[in-house]
Amino acid sequence: MPQLEIKDLHVSIGEKQIVKGLSLTVRSGEVHAIMGPNGTGKSTLAKAVAGHPSFTITSGDVLLDGKSILAMQPDERARAGLFLAFQYPSEIPGVSIANFLRAAVQARLGEGEELDATAYYKRLYSKMDMLQIDRKFTSRAINDGFSGGEKKRCEILQMAMLEPKFALMDETDSGLDIDALRIVADGVNALRSTNLGVLMITHYQRLLSYIVPDHVHVMWDGRIVKSGDKSLALELEAKGYDWVKNELVPA
Amino acid sequence: MSDVTETESLEPPIADTVDNPVSGIDQTAGNFSYKMDYEFDAGTGLSEKTVRYISSVKKEAPWILEFRLNALKQFLAKPMPTHWATKDLENINFDKIRYYLSSGQKPKRTWDEVPDDIKKTFERLGIPEHERKFLAGVEAQFDSEAAYSNIKDIVSKQGVIFVNSTEGLREHPELFRKFFGKVIPTGDNKFSALNSAVFSGGSFIYVPKGVKVAQPLQAYFRINAENFGQFERTLIIADEGAEVVYMEGCTAPKFSTSTLHSAVVELVALKGAKIQYITVQNWANNVFNLVTKRGVAHEEAEIKWIDCNIGSRLTMKYPGVVLKGRKARGEVISIALANDGQHQDTGAKMIHAADETTSNIVAKSISVGQGRSTYRGVVHIPKHLKGCKNNTECDALLISPNSRTDTYPAITVRGDRNSVQHEASVSKVSEEQIFYMQQRGLTEGQAMSLSVNGFINDLARQFPMEYSVELKRLIDLEMEGSVG
Repeated sequence: MPQLEIKDLHVSIGEKQIVKGLSLTVRSGEVHAIMGPNGTGKSTLAKAVAGHPSFTITSGDVLLDGKSILAMQPDERARAGLFLAFQYPSEIPGVSIANFLRAAVQARLGEGEELDATAYYKRLYSKMDMLQIDRKFTSRAINDGFSGGEKKRCEILQMAMLEPKFALMDETDSGLDIDALRIVADGVNALRSTNLGVLMITHYQRLLSYIVPDHVHVMWDGRIVKSGDKSLALELEAKGYDWVKNELVPA
Repeated sequence: MSDVTETESLEPPIADTVDNPVSGIDQTAGNFSYKMDYEFDAGTGLSEKTVRYISSVKKEAPWILEFRLNALKQFLAKPMPTHWATKDLENINFDKIRYYLSSGQKPKRTWDEVPDDIKKTFERLGIPEHERKFLAGVEAQFDSEAAYSNIKDIVSKQGVIFVNSTEGLREHPELFRKFFGKVIPTGDNKFSALNSAVFSGGSFIYVPKGVKVAQPLQAYFRINAENFGQFERTLIIADEGAEVVYMEGCTAPKFSTSTLHSAVVELVALKGAKIQYITVQNWANNVFNLVTKRGVAHEEAEIKWIDCNIGSRLTMKYPGVVLKGRKARGEVISIALANDGQHQDTGAKMIHAADETTSNIVAKSISVGQGRSTYRGVVHIPKHLKGCKNNTECDALLISPNSRTDTYPAITVRGDRNSVQHEASVSKVSEEQIFYMQQRGLTEGQAMSLSVNGFINDLARQFPMEYSVELKRLIDLEMEGSVG
């Protein structure tokens, strides 16, 4: 079974170590949630796994289907089936969502293989219908002047079109009001399948009432300090992060 | 590749054989050197003899020779405009340039001699097989001759005259003499004077009253059907209420045999006429491209320049419109891409000379690697006018930390009955944007070209379909080469 395996990962920005030996395995079909207070290294983990050039992996490994991806460029990792839903997606002025996705789909085809435009639009529109996105949306320049909710929906639409094996979702709930949160969560739930593994990063328990995880991990100071099922999220919500600090982190 | 010999003879007329038609400036950059024979050529260097020779080969009327000789004097008297322009101009060695090659002669070389990277470029641009050979200088013509005479036949039924400059001045002096050298006087600048002295090639077009030419007139075919002109001279006259679109150049790289190109283009839009002039140029990066383009728009007339400059070592070009009649409109849409070792010094001029005239300038430049782009604009609205409007927008995109852009807008608006708007922006393609696109599976090069294409998207849409498609491919190619 396909799996994304993070092994004793250490990540730094410049001299500063952020992730300090984190191990986690996500199998196809599973949804994992990583919770933790701000500044604990959750986003760093996601970006480092995706290959962001600002982060240095000092030791450990990340394996996709048993093969290390650390020597791969970010685009190679993406084409291998890794998707990162950004907390703050970039704006690309002048490039429509439709054209951007088309280029991304084209990039996954073999040399000399041409994208079938009719089939592409058919698929795009069916995904948009599924996510209840207006047709006019895709002619807008990507994330340019989007509201927080629109940006997150745009991320989910891209995820739906690119059909990754593993998705890292970085604070997908941040900046969303309750209606937008529900729409985005519905989208993610619609994409849940045995062919997709999800690693959700969140600060709040709130998202997890909409997207119910199979596993919950608590992250503190660059490490996972506790793992459990969905009840752990509720316990965390009730007791607060001080509980983690006082009880779970060895002095 | 064959050998190169320097020929510095200043004795121009009728050299039997010239070893090196490419002895210009620095040819190494373009990596072109090949042997050619020319039946007629004016040798290297510029003197009265050269000018007389060109005029006699063209069998010109005495007034044209006078015009040329006067221009030569002005050219020689004028200093290089390096007090405001780049000092790189001083690297042009006028004595080593060949000012005229007979139009009967075409460059000859074999396909095998064409460098592989150029062949690859043609392939990537999707240029049809038979055109590739032409563009690489292997074949002088493909079906341009046929395409040109076809267009000419169609438009001549409407009374449109579409000929080269020599024929225009010889056959239709009554039409063209009136405006020739009037929009851009010989002494406008050093390079307009140079062109006026040695011009050959270029189009002369007259569109009669009320005639709307349905299809764009493509210089591409006309020029290919002859020899490519270094010192082209174009004059387009749209009579009252007439409309015409003219397209010049193509996105295929021009592997020219000469390193100095200095054209003069004059447009005259009489009352209520519309002229649109579209240029897409992609020069080899050893070329100095110094062009003067200006139009006069009479009452309620409209002149629009769409100008896209890619490649060359140095391009200096500021298309202008003199808004001479009430309610005349002028527009310049400009795209420039400066890659390593290239300097695009481009912009626009709008001279308001009547009430209620409007002008619009949108200029976008992209600097890649060590490339440098400069915007220069002039907007002039004198005090006594009323109801004039100008909008100027110039945006620069920097791709690499070493890229450079400068903006020199000169907007002179006097009086309180006119309005202007000016916006300028400089942006960069950020590491975060590139990472975002890479995370979707695009390579760094693809991500770069997508952002560049996005940046010019609103302007590229104004190009005719085939041009905008070619432009996109060309940008893909430029950006692909720009990332390590």
